[in-house]
Amino acid sequence: MRHRFSHGVHPQQNKELTVDLPIQRVPFVGRYVLPLDQHLGAPAQATVNVGERVRRGQRIARPGGFVSTALHSPVTGKVMAIEPRRAPGGKFSPSIEIHADPFATQRLTPNPPIDWLSLTLEEFIHHIQWAGIVGLGGAAFPSHVKYSMPEGKKIEYLLINGAECEPYLTNDHRLMLERPDALLQGIAIVKRKLGAKRAIIGIETNKPGAIDTLRAQIKRIHKVDVMPLPVKYPQGAERMLIKAVFGYELPATKLPRDIGIAVNNVSSLVAIADYFGSGLPLIERIITVSGSGVTYPANLIVPIGTPLREVLRFCGGLREATKSVIMGGPMMGQPIGSLDIPIVKGTSGILAFTEKEASTTFELPCIRCGRCLAACPHFLNPSRLGRLAKARRFDEMRAYRLTDCVECGACSYACPSEIPLVQLIRTAKRESHQR
Amino acid sequence: MKRSDPRLIVRPAPFLKSAMTTQQAMLDVLYALIPVIGVSLWCFGLGAILVLAATVIGALLTERLFSPASQRIPLRMDVSTLVTGLLLGVTLPPALPLWMAFVGGAAAIGLGKLVWGGLGQNLFNPALVGRAFLMAAFPTAMTTWTPYQGPEGLFTVYSSNLAVPLMNSAFDGVTAATPLALIKFQHETPPLYPLLMGNIPGSLGETSGLLILAGGVYLLLRQVIDWRILMGLLGSVAILSGSLYLLDSAHYPNPLTALLSGGLLFGAVFMATDPVTSPITPKGALFFGVGVGFLVVLIRGFGGYPEGVMYAILLMNAATPLIERITQPRAFGRGGDT
Ligand code: SF4
Ligand code: SF4
Repeated sequence: MRHRFSHGVHPQQNKELTVDLPIQRVPFVGRYVLPLDQHLGAPAQATVNVGERVRRGQRIARPGGFVSTALHSPVTGKVMAIEPRRAPGGKFSPSIEIHADPFATQRLTPNPPIDWLSLTLEEFIHHIQWAGIVGLGGAAFPSHVKYSMPEGKKIEYLLINGAECEPYLTNDHRLMLERPDALLQGIAIVKRKLGAKRAIIGIETNKPGAIDTLRAQIKRIHKVDVMPLPVKYPQGAERMLIKAVFGYELPATKLPRDIGIAVNNVSSLVAIADYFGSGLPLIERIITVSGSGVTYPANLIVPIGTPLREVLRFCGGLREATKSVIMGGPMMGQPIGSLDIPIVKGTSGILAFTEKEASTTFELPCIRCGRCLAACPHFLNPSRLGRLAKARRFDEMRAYRLTDCVECGACSYACPSEIPLVQLIRTAKRESHQR
Repeated sequence: MKRSDPRLIVRPAPFLKSAMTTQQAMLDVLYALIPVIGVSLWCFGLGAILVLAATVIGALLTERLFSPASQRIPLRMDVSTLVTGLLLGVTLPPALPLWMAFVGGAAAIGLGKLVWGGLGQNLFNPALVGRAFLMAAFPTAMTTWTPYQGPEGLFTVYSSNLAVPLMNSAFDGVTAATPLALIKFQHETPPLYPLLMGNIPGSLGETSGLLILAGGVYLLLRQVIDWRILMGLLGSVAILSGSLYLLDSAHYPNPLTALLSGGLLFGAVFMATDPVTSPITPKGALFFGVGVGFLVVLIRGFGGYPEGVMYAILLMNAATPLIERITQPRAFGRGGDT
């Protein structure tokens, strides 16, 4: 049985730049900046003071509420400042700056594995929260929240997102190739703890290596399946993935957990396996550095908090002709104005584009061609929404389901008049919220 | 700071863009039109080309002179105005005085587009607005059709082409009845083959069904036009005129003739499918196509004109906002409640 989600777009994948490059570890640098609000929800609260010495992996901030998570030091060193710093997205966020101790070995103090089998569900959720684990696909939504079910409800299916539908990015693909055992361990832990009946790993068919590797490994494992999915953007969006795997159109008023599904990114599950296996909290992540503006594209393990500049330096620096730098994928990523901002938990990639990709655009009026409607996976009318946004008629936009938009950018991608539809919609959402 | 970073342009995601641009879509329409224009040169000679040039100049000049600076598109990018001029020109009789053609081009852009607020804002198809304007202003000239000339007439310039503006002048003596006029007023069924090839009396380019269809296929493949409009239109004409033919084959043309004659194919491929003036919603597009087809059969069969495509499309243009409102897509995960 094959399902698919309707609409969507087929951008050029450009994954060949990095797909065959094994994951490398970047060396430690001198300075790390850790924004306290790098996950969705309430910011974390610092538990260290300026001048204090910290160990690598030591907790430096605690969750600021239930929908919030902890933060750990990526290096052994000294807290130099706790003050607002420029974060991805351009705004200033309260951040902890840590300078690495040049004489420290940066070796992790080995911890015994955590006996996750004997944990209750509450304890398990608490562990995940205090390990600072979030969705590593880009949204950085605290993982433990997805596992906390209202009374009387239960997760039946664990849906693992290995779609990696953003062009250029290959970090999840490499992870599935290089650490299938860790991924399956993470799946086993979460599946067991939540009491899910079945786990399904959805992978787009442009990653045959990952599909084969995982299939070979799960032969013996009960009730874990790999489901190949036809390549289409935005396959990795939660509701689209559920549609593609189960053929079920999740009502807009419901969350996946309301129908007993928990959706997890592959990297998050590996993070969970690593945490329970060696006590390693989330202090590093895998990113793809790619695009025509990067001298040596790569897949890297990067400590959270590493300045962008250092990561790019490791990759041979930016080419002269670089026009724009993006954090995340090319469809939903954030443009970067300064190379001094840090890698955060939600950073899945750094892309540098030259003229070739970052062509300057000339916006024409909407010719009502309908391409944006055919692209929108949420079946909205982006043309109409864009028009209303330009006229600042935000109230009318609600009737056109403004809030259903997931900001995937498929409409902007498709628009032949190069109207920045998703940008208009995003602004309208923000402004109508403020009123 | 040591060496300065490259100056980064900060603009919002997405950073990828599909290959199709509005300009490219207009160019595709242009490419699809070229064979049709070629055949009009073949059939009606140089005069035909002069008429086209006049409408295009009229359109471009009006756009350049009267469009507000805020919405002006650089000339080299403005394929849209060129296409409007050509589309209008192709629907005109080959012997039309050039000054009238020029006025038509100006009316198409002025009344059909600029007064509405420019590209993308107009309710009615601009080329058809220009044609409707000419029909109202110069009914005789607009319904005087010249016969097929063939290669001997390649360099023919009709004397009426060169008529002095606003003076009453005689039209070329040899006029010919279009196939639809034959059916309507003389109940004669014209042979099909010339309809396909184009050697029939008619307006400049609406004569060769085969080349128009080829253009249509190209535009469909490039996804520049919506198949729902095209299929809805052709399908409903075929079914409706087929039913009429079955009822009374003496009065009504057989469905194939109905499809191939007059401006129907041309209107279906190049006019009804204009994205600006047809519904943006998929369901609406189908509805629109069927509506145009229905009105064409209605006007041709029961109205006073032998030809009904222009009015059918203009009427459905007017209905487009309404159609759109009732065919808004239902959002994902929102069941039946629209
Ligand atoms: S309207 Fe929103 S959900 Fe639809 S394509 Fe655009 S960004 Fe994606
Ligand atoms: S894709 Fe762009 S030009 Fe086409 S209808 Fe949507 S907004 Fe208008």
